[in-house]
Amino acid sequence: MEFQIIWFVLWGVLWGVYFMLDGFVMGAGILHNVLGTTDGEKRVMINTIGPVWDGNEVWLVTAGGATFAAFPTTYALMFSYLYTALLLLLFALIVRGVSYEFRGKEDGDGWKKGWDLAIMVGNFLPALLFGVAFGNIFAGLPMDAAGYHGSLLYLLNPYGLLTGVLFVLLFLVHGALYLAVKTTGDLSSRARATAARIWPALLVVAVAFLAYTRFATRLYDNYLATPFLFVVPLCAVAALLGIRLFLVKGKPLIAFAASCLTILLVVGTGLVGLFPNLIPSNLDPAYSLTIVNSSSSLYTLKIMTVVAFIFVPIVIAYKIWVYRVFRGTVSIDEVMADKQAY
Amino acid sequence: MDVLTLSRLQFAATSAFHFIFVPLTLGLSILTAYMETRYLATNDDIYLRMTKFWGKLFLINFALGVVTGITMEFQFGMNWAEYSRYVGDIFGAPLAIEATVAFFLESVFIGVWIFGWNKVSKKVHALSIWLVAIATNLSGLWILLANGWMQHPVGYVLRNGRAEMVDFLALVTNPYGLIKFGHQIVSGYTVAAFFVMGISAWHLLRKNETEFFKASFRMAAVFGLVSTVLVAVIGDVHAVEVAKTQPSKFAAMESVWETRRGVGLNLLLMPDPINECNSVEQICIPKAVSMLAFHTPDAEIKGLKDIPKDERPPVLPVFYSFRTMVGLGTLFILVSIAAVFLSRRDLLEKYPLFLRLLVFLIPLPYLANQFGWIVAEMGRQPWIVYGVLKTSDAVSRSVSVSQVMGSLVGFVLLYGFLGVIDIYLLAKFARKGPDNDLSAIIKPRGQEA
Repeated sequence: MEFQIIWFVLWGVLWGVYFMLDGFVMGAGILHNVLGTTDGEKRVMINTIGPVWDGNEVWLVTAGGATFAAFPTTYALMFSYLYTALLLLLFALIVRGVSYEFRGKEDGDGWKKGWDLAIMVGNFLPALLFGVAFGNIFAGLPMDAAGYHGSLLYLLNPYGLLTGVLFVLLFLVHGALYLAVKTTGDLSSRARATAARIWPALLVVAVAFLAYTRFATRLYDNYLATPFLFVVPLCAVAALLGIRLFLVKGKPLIAFAASCLTILLVVGTGLVGLFPNLIPSNLDPAYSLTIVNSSSSLYTLKIMTVVAFIFVPIVIAYKIWVYRVFRGTVSIDEVMADKQAY
Repeated sequence: MDVLTLSRLQFAATSAFHFIFVPLTLGLSILTAYMETRYLATNDDIYLRMTKFWGKLFLINFALGVVTGITMEFQFGMNWAEYSRYVGDIFGAPLAIEATVAFFLESVFIGVWIFGWNKVSKKVHALSIWLVAIATNLSGLWILLANGWMQHPVGYVLRNGRAEMVDFLALVTNPYGLIKFGHQIVSGYTVAAFFVMGISAWHLLRKNETEFFKASFRMAAVFGLVSTVLVAVIGDVHAVEVAKTQPSKFAAMESVWETRRGVGLNLLLMPDPINECNSVEQICIPKAVSMLAFHTPDAEIKGLKDIPKDERPPVLPVFYSFRTMVGLGTLFILVSIAAVFLSRRDLLEKYPLFLRLLVFLIPLPYLANQFGWIVAEMGRQPWIVYGVLKTSDAVSRSVSVSQVMGSLVGFVLLYGFLGVIDIYLLAKFARKGPDNDLSAIIKPRGQEA
């Protein structure tokens, strides 16, 4: 059981870090055409994202791989049950990935506009779909002995959609703050203003989400059983308020850190409530996928634990190094001066 | 069509498409890293320009390889849920390790390499492309260990209604996977070598940047010769492993119907699966198939007739793909020998026909890679895990025909569209040639040192 718990925590960490890192890529991408008023500004934004987006997306691949290796039954059922939603997600991520590479490779106006649109859609859809998927996981999927009784339309239930909107708004604020920190001048101040403008909507949706969760899910059961756990959602709310506080104080970098924390804690809030389920059944708890009934053998979990404990710290170390290499801002002048730049 | 057929078609289409880009990435990453290392060692600008030019083509190709890779991981769960549930305990591990150990490394340092020209020192910059090259190849190792397990399952027991891992060491030292890895990476290098030689030949025919493209050609020719020879050598070892562990695949590859000793190799052969024999058998090299299979002239080869009908792979695609692959591999060795000879003696421009041939040869190593995978995957049928689980028992139960039909059409349209754009861009920048305005190239920091 210890190893199942370790992997549940790791599973949560992988998803949390993925949303924290790819969240700003998605947020910045959705704002690509809003904040980028000129080709130069759009290129600046792509250059702030360019060095890191691929490495950030790998957290998703790793989260998927970890689910496969540690909880194969959950992996098998989750991916096949959410078939169409995941397919749309894949298409969006594929389009997004190539957009960054292709956009600067032709001069035509139509060409660039096309890829600008692709960047926007390719980042918006995953943000929404991840939210919808996780909302439905929190609420449980309609599964029993006969299998799965849902569909793509089923996933678009009010709670799923609300979680989708929550994710989009979280990532929008997150991405706007990232751009505020990473760009200069007018673009940076517009990004900051955008974060400030979206934040109240995020607050409203977050409160609605916490309230609706009481009715749509059983996430609060764990909290009521162990009230100390309420510290996680409380910290999430504190971090969310922190974003606003530091934005007003004119400290976008700390506000960005607060939004990183918010995302991690939102994921944490959901997972603390889920435990020991990975995907609950909302028809019959006997068919919930738990860390016990869907996990790999102890031997496999041990092997994977060793691998994770050796390599994840190494990955984190060189990722921190890379963020340090690319610290500082990207300006229009330097992007324009380098015709090889993206 | 049913979910099974559609899912198989989709997996074939998406993996074949993914595999248009992977082999070039495997080889061109190494060539680009070598070019940048030469620049580091000599400080000669030609190597910087080579790094930039071939690196740009590498990146255009790399982009599609990366984004289509995620599809592969997702599909195991989406379309092959029964498979994932049944073997995830042992099969999930190499995939998760691949992401953790290799994919992170590759994706993080590709960012450093693309955007870090004036952010890191020259050495660190060259190191980052080496890390990308190593990670790409390492990634291949874990994927092929995973695939190797599907071909020749080891280190597991059937327990609790699934295949559970009991010996991790057996999984990572599975000879089948390791040999396949060896055969595959040098096949990828062959694609890259012929890609670089072909494009260089195109420019040499037009007397464009002659020095630049002669230097590129020389490098690729040597790389190509070493690789093509290794493809054949490791391929031979691979065939022995197949004969030993997958008799049904081997019988289909050589179209052997009757179990016999000392089986000869017919250079001209046409299988006739309906009548379970070969309709044409001409120019026989005695005992050659037995030699290939077990390196012993009188070794017994199990014939297809001794394998139950419902456990035989489709003979025609396996047989013809194998023949074509071997034929192409032989051609590549011959061309590489000529390429090394002519480029070393600086005679390339005297043989425009040879240069023209090389331009037309660019797609063929790609095809050879695809044929190799047709042999590997169709030859394994009807098994998804050889001898353990049939493909028909592996498909998702909760997925409907319309869902898979929709996704298959979606993949074909999206991939088709992106593939056309990618190949267009590759061709465009390949024709454009290297940037000759050196001031336009931002040099790595520490240039003065």
